[in-house]
Amino acid sequence: MADEKSTPVEDRVLMKGNEVLAEAAMRAGCRYFFGYPITPQTELAAYMAKKLPKIGGTFLQAESEIAAINMVYGAGAAGARAMTSSSSPGVSLKGEGVSYMAGADVPGVIVNVERGGPGLGGIQPSQSDYFQATRAMGHGDFFMPVLAPSTVQEMADLIYLAFDLADEYRTPAMILADGMIGQMMEPVTLPPARDPESLPKKPWATTGTHMEREHNVVNSLYLTPQKLEDTNRERFERYEKIKATQQRQELFMADDADILIVAFGASSRIARTAIRRARDKGIKVGLLRPITLWPFPEDAINQAIDGGCKALMSVELNMGQMVEDVRLAAHGRADVSFYGRTGGVLPTPEEILDQIEALAARIGCAPSAKAGE
Amino acid sequence: MAMPQDTSMKNPEMLCVLSGFGGQGVLFAGKVMANAGLLDGRHVSWMPSYGPEMRGGTANCNVSLSDDAIGSPFITRPTALIALNQPSIEKFGPTLENGGVAVVDTTLAMNVEEVELPEGVKLFAFKATQMAEDEGLKGLANIICLGKLWAETQFADLDVLEAALKKCVPPKHANLLEPNLKALHLGIEL
Repeated sequence: MADEKSTPVEDRVLMKGNEVLAEAAMRAGCRYFFGYPITPQTELAAYMAKKLPKIGGTFLQAESEIAAINMVYGAGAAGARAMTSSSSPGVSLKGEGVSYMAGADVPGVIVNVERGGPGLGGIQPSQSDYFQATRAMGHGDFFMPVLAPSTVQEMADLIYLAFDLADEYRTPAMILADGMIGQMMEPVTLPPARDPESLPKKPWATTGTHMEREHNVVNSLYLTPQKLEDTNRERFERYEKIKATQQRQELFMADDADILIVAFGASSRIARTAIRRARDKGIKVGLLRPITLWPFPEDAINQAIDGGCKALMSVELNMGQMVEDVRLAAHGRADVSFYGRTGGVLPTPEEILDQIEALAARIGCAPSAKAGE
Repeated sequence: MAMPQDTSMKNPEMLCVLSGFGGQGVLFAGKVMANAGLLDGRHVSWMPSYGPEMRGGTANCNVSLSDDAIGSPFITRPTALIALNQPSIEKFGPTLENGGVAVVDTTLAMNVEEVELPEGVKLFAFKATQMAEDEGLKGLANIICLGKLWAETQFADLDVLEAALKKCVPPKHANLLEPNLKALHLGIEL
């Protein structure tokens, strides 16, 4: 018996979220990492520095975040799987480069392990870059897939997916995590390692013509308005495909729910505890956890409303950002409200429970109201 | 995911804060505890302090072991506390759940009696650092305290805890395994 118990449960290992992002990225075929240190994501870069050269990759600590994202742009244009990571203030600096990548249709992965803002803000967990990630990472008219892990396991699963989505749709893709998921250790089963040579070829990449084809051009400059409009329209057709096929979410205790908490990442974990306690009190409440923040899982919101959900409460680590997407998706068909803490302060489950109870009473779904019907 | 077969006699939920000065090994002791939970097939989280407090010299981590999925890895009402210095018992002692367990190293936490602990908290205060030095186990007050906490709470089976300890001692420091095991048992037999 002792032997059996001392064997790890399957192949699970206990690792930090930031390190798992790095390890899973390498397993996804990433061979180029460019970054600049910042709390609370630095373990990611440190792990890459140690391990990436050993598998024939390149780790480079750039002179700045701006340099780092432009190196990702270059490596991506040459067809490599490349990534950069930072935390909120550093991610702002990358905005220009991400816009150029979007404009040139170059894939690459950007990790943001968020901290409180604006400005230098703080270093504790936050979700205050939701708007930036889903709306305006840089100038111009573009979106990118944004994936929001809520566990260390999802750090592995979603960065693997991010590289695939980036390549498939020729777009930058973002992992939007936070200091909690980045710093914590949880058991994780790592995905299999893929040989970069086995990945789908990129005939558009600037890999050298070998005198066998016309040269490829990767560029975001279009001085002819019609050409630029055509390019943008083609890109938005891809966005429509992404919206139609890539919305992802997790539902928890949602089947019979009068109320759905909408929360992602760190706040979804705390909300889950609050939801269990509210269920113990007889309140029919569940969780809708967006895994893709863009595309936002509006289909799931609509299905929930069709299924009888009366109210949606967005719980975030900011002053109210995702709630706008919830409101757009609900389109006036359900009560939409918000609760959040900011600056690196996390709500307690009790706080969220209080909000759930108040909401249940307000919309007439409190257990006592039911009993009186 | 294969979960352990028999959960009927499982150990209780453990919400533990381990706190001390940087270098006293509180993060390591927390990793041992978390790995014991992993080997038991339980839900586990380990959350370190990473704020300015760390730079001021104190470090802590929050370790949760549970049969249910863990919500926030930050623990607001711990069921157990290992405090290796005075600031740690002052900061976290009062946050303990009623009836919780506190293991305190009084070599550096010299005024434990001044801290008001919640009702029913079982306090185990002893000079762990001193004891480690006397036994030739310098730097292992953390593991002695972990042993004492295990003796009082049995947060995992002992063979699982020992396996976790083995897993956490890096191969290049394999010579430290024996002293670590010795420290663990010293704590258990207190």
